[in-house]
Amino acid sequence: MKANRTLNVILGIYVALIFVFVFAPIIFSMIFSFNSQRFPTIPLGEFSTEWYAKILADPDVWEAALNSLIVSTSTAVIATFLGFCTAYSDYRYNFRFKGPYLALILLPPTIPLIIMALAMLAWFSKIGMSGQLYSIVIAHSVLTAPFAMAVIRLRLNQMDPDLEAAAWNLGGSEWATMRHVIIPFCKPAIFSGLFLTAAVSFDEFAVSWFVSGLNKTLPVIILEIVQGNIDPQVNAIGTFVFLISMTLVVLAQVFFASRQLKSTRT
Amino acid sequence: MSAPLVIFDKVQKTFGDFVAVKELDFEIREGEFLAIMGPSGCGKTTTLRMLAGLEAPSVGEIRLNGEIMNDVAPHERDTPLVWQSLALFPFLTARENVEFGLKMRGVDKAERKERALKWLGKMGILEFADRDISTLSGGQKQRVALARSLVMEPQILLLDEPLSALDAHLVIRMQAVLTDLQRELGITFVYVTHSQSEAFAMADRVVIMGNGEIAQIGSPKDIYRAPANQFVAEFVGRNNILSGTVTKLTDDTARITTPSGEFTVPTNDVLLIEGHTASFVISADLVHISIDKPVGDNAAKCKLISEEFVGSMVTLFLEDAQGHEFKVQMQERELSKFDLNSGDEIWLSWDTSSAHVLNEG
Repeated sequence: MKANRTLNVILGIYVALIFVFVFAPIIFSMIFSFNSQRFPTIPLGEFSTEWYAKILADPDVWEAALNSLIVSTSTAVIATFLGFCTAYSDYRYNFRFKGPYLALILLPPTIPLIIMALAMLAWFSKIGMSGQLYSIVIAHSVLTAPFAMAVIRLRLNQMDPDLEAAAWNLGGSEWATMRHVIIPFCKPAIFSGLFLTAAVSFDEFAVSWFVSGLNKTLPVIILEIVQGNIDPQVNAIGTFVFLISMTLVVLAQVFFASRQLKSTRT
Repeated sequence: MSAPLVIFDKVQKTFGDFVAVKELDFEIREGEFLAIMGPSGCGKTTTLRMLAGLEAPSVGEIRLNGEIMNDVAPHERDTPLVWQSLALFPFLTARENVEFGLKMRGVDKAERKERALKWLGKMGILEFADRDISTLSGGQKQRVALARSLVMEPQILLLDEPLSALDAHLVIRMQAVLTDLQRELGITFVYVTHSQSEAFAMADRVVIMGNGEIAQIGSPKDIYRAPANQFVAEFVGRNNILSGTVTKLTDDTARITTPSGEFTVPTNDVLLIEGHTASFVISADLVHISIDKPVGDNAAKCKLISEEFVGSMVTLFLEDAQGHEFKVQMQERELSKFDLNSGDEIWLSWDTSSAHVLNEG
């Protein structure tokens, strides 16, 4: 018992350190976003919302925010739809080359983003689809669909294999069963998938930067500001992006956890 | 007698190289309680799933009310199934579960609700109508599953080991609920199970399946007292099976010499030939025990190996000098008169009329 406790303390410290490493820069960025001084130094200057006022007055930032909103929302819907379809085809059917089929679908997140981005750019310019907002949506959908699929697949695996047949047995056609049984059962996972893919898309930088052309998203505009000079505006935008992403991820987790809870009860 | 409700006409089912059902040729009568029983992997569940349209026969025809059902999709049939896993919809309340089939059939909302509540009431779980499925007990879920199927008011209800997940005392209760329901509704129940006690307690007729084939069809009593072959005799359990050579034939009895001794059995119209092998069974509950050698044709000296108590009944496991196993079932209060210990030698005996000759083997 005693050894166990020491181990727990050590593990606790370890986890705390990880959190410090991950969140310390973000927290500092947040603190400096309210700092009146131009350079991030300690001691801090006065509390100020100057940088927030500045970005709110900047039409470029507004446009980038709108672009990000459009891209992440569209991506979430498309990627979750694709993810659901692949997860369901995996659950329902057995066919030749199913292994390669699944591997192919799960591949995009394993490719280094920069390579993915370059390949996307080359391909889109070849077929005349580069530099548009929808180019980012397409690229992000490919990139994030596997996340949605993974979440929905987990949920489908928890489903009683007789449930679908039970609906047929009670007079439900295949489509009616999809609508009244499969989708309601997967609903928490579908929401989880929507928020997760939106979060990944919202703060993805490399692919957006390559294929976006003149349509900048928030992460792209952050880089542009940083490239120019040191500007605390970045901290303000960064804080904003971080809070949105975090909210999306937390929402995804909430839906994920709620279904875990429910399935342990049943 | 009216035409049978369901006919299995030389039905076969294969999955790749695996033969699940070799050849099924039987009828299900209208209004009967039919149990299909067999060890796991015998094809009983496949048979039921074919009737529900969840599997298509590879060869042969299944007819329902004279109509060939082979190509009718499951959702176009009226053959509700009560699942072993119950397969209740976890995201719906008890009432919504019961309404599901009616909703699929396009019954309007008010009628759906009325009929669902009626059936929940009939099953004695009206108070749980608006509860989440996950908050119900095993027995309550069982009743929801039954109501969900019966609300469709079908001609035939299929049940796939519906009681296997319940506690023993609940099984007995649900058996009574099921037999009462079947009698009251007058519809056909087809009940798949591996449990002999469930099948024998409820069914009018029992189909015994083994290795994808029908081994015997008959009333529970017929199957228990007069198993058709060795497979049934072994499956039905608590039977003593003896094999040997026919040494003497008279009009209605035969003398069979086995390694355990020589016994007289009634021939019961089974074709026996002198010099050929034959097997016969004696139900464990028809065997008597005694300390001294009994008079009569049928006796064997055995050593007591072990005892098994189930309530007031006890089963003795014994072995003769050749190592052949015998089983004796009797009341505990009868046994207590003997004061036996394992290793003791006693005599087993039975009336000639208790023995039953098997058709094969």
